[in-house]
Amino acid sequence: MENLKLQLSGLEPLIVSKESNFVNIGERTNVTGSRAFLRLIQAGDYEAAVAVALEQVNGGAQIIDINMDEGMIDGKEAMVTFLNLIAAEPDIARVPVMIDSSKWEIIEAGLKCIQGKGVVNSISLKEGVEQFKEQAKTIKNFGAAVIVMAFDEKGQADSYERRIQICERSYNILVQEVGFNKQDIIFDPNIFPVATGMEEHKTNALDFFRATKWITENLPGAHVSGGVSNVSFSFRGNNKVREAMHSAFLYHAIKNGMGMGIVNPSMLEIYSDIDPVLLEYVEDVLLNRRDDSTERLLEYAETVKGSGKKKAIDLSWRDQNIEARLAHALVKGIVEFIDEDVEACRTNYERPIQVIEGPLMDGMNVVGDLFGSGKMFLPQVVKSARVMKKAVAYLLPYIEAEKGGKVESSGKILMATVKGDVHDIGKNIVGVVLGCNNYEILDLGVMVPAEKIIAVAKEENVDIIGLSGLITPSLDEMVHVAQELEKAKLNIPLLIGGATTSKVHTAVKIDEHYNRGQTVHVLDASRSVTVAESLLGDKKDAFIEELQTDYDKLRLQHEKHLKAKKLIPIAEARANALELSFDNSRIQEPKKLGITIIDNVAISDLIPFIDWTPFFQTWELHGRFPNILKDEVVGEEAVKLFKDAQEMLEKIQKENWMQAKGVLGLFPANSVGDDIEIYSDIERSKTLYTQRTLRQQAKKAKSQPNFALADFIAPKSNDIIDFIGAFAVTSGIGIEKYINQFEADNDDYNSILLKALADRLAEAFAEYLHHEVRTNLWAYSPNENLSNDELIKEKYSGIRPAPGYPACPDHTEKIGLFELLDVPKNIGVHLTESLAMMPASSVSGWYFAHPDSKYFGLGKVNEEQIRDICERKQLDYDSNKKWYSSILI
Amino acid sequence: MKTNIEPLLEDHILVLDGAMGTMIQRHNFEEFDFREGAFEEHHKPLKGNNDLLSITRPETIKNIHRAYFNAGADIVETNTFSGTSIAQADYDLEHAVFDINYQSARIAKEVANEYSDKPRFVAGSIGPTNRTASISPDVNDPGYRAITFDALTVAYKEQVNALIEGGVDLLLVETVFDTLNAKAALFSIQEVFDERRITLPIMVSGTITDQSGRTLTGQTTEAFLISLSHIPLLSIGLNCALGANMMRPYLQILNKKSTFPVSAHPNAGLPNEFGEYEESPEIMREQIRVFLEEGLVNIIGGCCGTTPEHIQEISEMVQQYKPRKF
Repeated sequence: MENLKLQLSGLEPLIVSKESNFVNIGERTNVTGSRAFLRLIQAGDYEAAVAVALEQVNGGAQIIDINMDEGMIDGKEAMVTFLNLIAAEPDIARVPVMIDSSKWEIIEAGLKCIQGKGVVNSISLKEGVEQFKEQAKTIKNFGAAVIVMAFDEKGQADSYERRIQICERSYNILVQEVGFNKQDIIFDPNIFPVATGMEEHKTNALDFFRATKWITENLPGAHVSGGVSNVSFSFRGNNKVREAMHSAFLYHAIKNGMGMGIVNPSMLEIYSDIDPVLLEYVEDVLLNRRDDSTERLLEYAETVKGSGKKKAIDLSWRDQNIEARLAHALVKGIVEFIDEDVEACRTNYERPIQVIEGPLMDGMNVVGDLFGSGKMFLPQVVKSARVMKKAVAYLLPYIEAEKGGKVESSGKILMATVKGDVHDIGKNIVGVVLGCNNYEILDLGVMVPAEKIIAVAKEENVDIIGLSGLITPSLDEMVHVAQELEKAKLNIPLLIGGATTSKVHTAVKIDEHYNRGQTVHVLDASRSVTVAESLLGDKKDAFIEELQTDYDKLRLQHEKHLKAKKLIPIAEARANALELSFDNSRIQEPKKLGITIIDNVAISDLIPFIDWTPFFQTWELHGRFPNILKDEVVGEEAVKLFKDAQEMLEKIQKENWMQAKGVLGLFPANSVGDDIEIYSDIERSKTLYTQRTLRQQAKKAKSQPNFALADFIAPKSNDIIDFIGAFAVTSGIGIEKYINQFEADNDDYNSILLKALADRLAEAFAEYLHHEVRTNLWAYSPNENLSNDELIKEKYSGIRPAPGYPACPDHTEKIGLFELLDVPKNIGVHLTESLAMMPASSVSGWYFAHPDSKYFGLGKVNEEQIRDICERKQLDYDSNKKWYSSILI
Repeated sequence: MKTNIEPLLEDHILVLDGAMGTMIQRHNFEEFDFREGAFEEHHKPLKGNNDLLSITRPETIKNIHRAYFNAGADIVETNTFSGTSIAQADYDLEHAVFDINYQSARIAKEVANEYSDKPRFVAGSIGPTNRTASISPDVNDPGYRAITFDALTVAYKEQVNALIEGGVDLLLVETVFDTLNAKAALFSIQEVFDERRITLPIMVSGTITDQSGRTLTGQTTEAFLISLSHIPLLSIGLNCALGANMMRPYLQILNKKSTFPVSAHPNAGLPNEFGEYEESPEIMREQIRVFLEEGLVNIIGGCCGTTPEHIQEISEMVQQYKPRKF
């Protein structure tokens, strides 16, 4: 079946059929019809000119007519510039465009700018059939509809008969000779002014109505349009009359079949709202009902001069508070009020920069969220970025004044699409969004090899490197860049973005290759500013810490997810062991070999070593100490708890509730494969204990080893004597009595509080003792000077993995460790049947001193390795595999 | 013997091939493979410029075509997704455009000619280029364009001419993320047809980027359809970016609104975090079965991540279904 609807499109479709409502074509973006618009174009004020288009669309225009035919301007250039600009405004670009010109070259240039199906306004038989056909064919190939003027070689149709004769002829040529789609033909049978005082103009409106009716009934598929404001030409300056005339004219034209027209929606009265007297006079004129109708309307017009409908733009959002207004402007991409709003906001804040960090960034985050959830799309986000830029530009002088000089850029950011990839649209957008926020962008383009990125990064001393890529192999290239950055000993933060990139990939594959600098996955352009700011500002450490926690979680999940899939045979894992270099210069013989008992440590010595964050976690209060005390949600609760804890600590010390005891041993040792032999003396005359370590079996990326703790100890085959330490500490001696008391009183709160504090003190003791070992007893790092925070972040050299924890999940290792140090006798801590330590507030573990030793997660291992370790330990596999169930796949 | 494809569409659902890039990736080609015998002295790295493999590794490309035909594909696409001077400019290989297209078309046609069991067609793949004609890459200058309609027309005409000389049976303007680029492609095709006094069937396939249901440049599915309906198309459809499930709502729009046959070549799901497409042939088949049951498509194939195994499953299944009415 033939589809006779006129289908047009901007970003969205517009369907015009006999049944559909009248389609408004906006007319204000027409230099021949609007002097205001002409002035803007002449002055090159395209921002304001674009605002006119937006006002049209917001005012209800469903198509916008654009005309740049003016002798004093370069019409072609103006058309292209304007079309390209409105294409960047989704709120305008959603409607189809009507390219209006009497110059063919302007029409052609315009057609090359619109992605939707627009309308050409207009062609006609004026210059003969051949040109008409040629132009129609080109328009067809561009995929546009066309307005055909009722105009031929003899001139413009000015009667009913001429109108229908020219339209019929044009229609036949278009349909039969050019093959133009019938429904893409729109006739403009000429709307001429009425009430001009000239006799021959009296039937102008009526002839138009009749011709419209004829076309609709006789030329299948064809539509009728016209420039409505012409009709009221003689009443220029009298909006009240004009609005009534437009409305009444439309009423009758639509009844006769005019489906669309060029109308200024803000110059249109509602038909039923027209003053009945005025309506009668107007309709007399339009329908030529009386001889004196023109005089009567003119007379009436004198009485209402000057008034007219006020245009109404919805500005209700202006009534909101300032932050909401800024967010609205950012989300909607409105620059109009941004300066005044930013100014108002600036006076509310102590420092101008806070306007950026606060409400403006909040607004951009809303944009990011909407974009992420598909509620905004790219061009809108780019528009938001422009508003942001304007806001920042407004604030810059104030920020400069505050700093007493020119503001440096917020940072220098290198951007590159990685080698092998040529996609740069996303990268460019990120570049501009960052550029809008006062970052200096060094864009290296596409297919950029790692060497170049590193060379420029060094040369230009950049603050951040941003990598982009779209295709899958780019992911590997990004890994490569990270490795190269590490090799080049750079510590510049690395941003990862692009369609195939992901947080998980960044966490699992890229981040681990680049330990010196932080790698951050950036979800989309709108997030780039927040990330850059976090990385370069005061909050860097907190940001990275949070990120690392997040990435750790992702890595863990991912590892679980992978599970069996990617384990390699233990032999292969051993072949991929970490190979550290060992020589005597790096190995420090402990000052005091053998066993040392620590029983003189006071609780007050341990308190400074407490890591409070896990204490709050025990109570399900999540957040970092001390920030948690100021947390909006849990802060109040945290402060209370912390106060109670301090009070109890006071009591513990004053009333001597508990004793802390520790034991440690430092021994010569060597690794043999995955085992560590621990010797009685420097001559290695007797093996006191052989520690059996487990090795990672996950399939690793190139150049990533499969770790085992044994790798951190010099192999026996090297004939270098290395050392290892072991320790056990407890702070729980004596507290049983108090816990029992609390429980007898049903005082769970204090019971839990005491246990939690005892746990913290045990951990603090382990920290304290490790510090003593590093600086005193082993003294491999005698000049260490680290804050408690740095200790918590494991900034010290060497590690102290504990059996049962990620690097050493084998609880059975506690048995040997306890024997080695004679823990039960020395400090009164015992192992339960399930290998838990009693009292519970105890910690035990190993000391490794090699500077390259590090904490790692063992991950999953296979049965082969568990059978092997059982054999090495001379344990029966079946009855002992339970100890390994959590790591066995 | 030349068979017209149009009449076949009324009786059958035709099967398009699956991914070319995914199959090429399996070979882990190195820089040398992209150069050997043709571009050995070239001053820029060429690894990743897959279209060149039609020249340097023609047997591999032919084997991929063969694998798809063996899996039951009625139509294979030439290895010319980036075969415009615009896309090749990144490699300074504008001068290789004719050879890329001509050779790609020729070898695909050679493989097609090996089959006599049923008509096999070669579609000249015309990609979107890597420039957008209707949005600016520079936010400070929203009126700026990195590419113009005229420049696109020059590039597309060159590609289309070479594809036709190489012997393609039809043309496929695909992965349309900017409709203006596609309009330029169609405009160029019309000009080439006029100049050569021939016509070939034209397929158009757009890319709906995400759940917003819009193309990259912001058009809705229906607006996209309207914008490209001005010349008679063999089919209009969607490919890439989405897996079959997510593509379905937009195919329903095309099904409802299009007077042309409808095509779909979805990805094998969405890429996982490592850029790998995981959807198995069976899973994809079952998702596509829904299309067939709803009568949404006339041509079905696969895009990123799909393999001959996917196409095999699909081509076996389509026998049981009637094509969409159009």
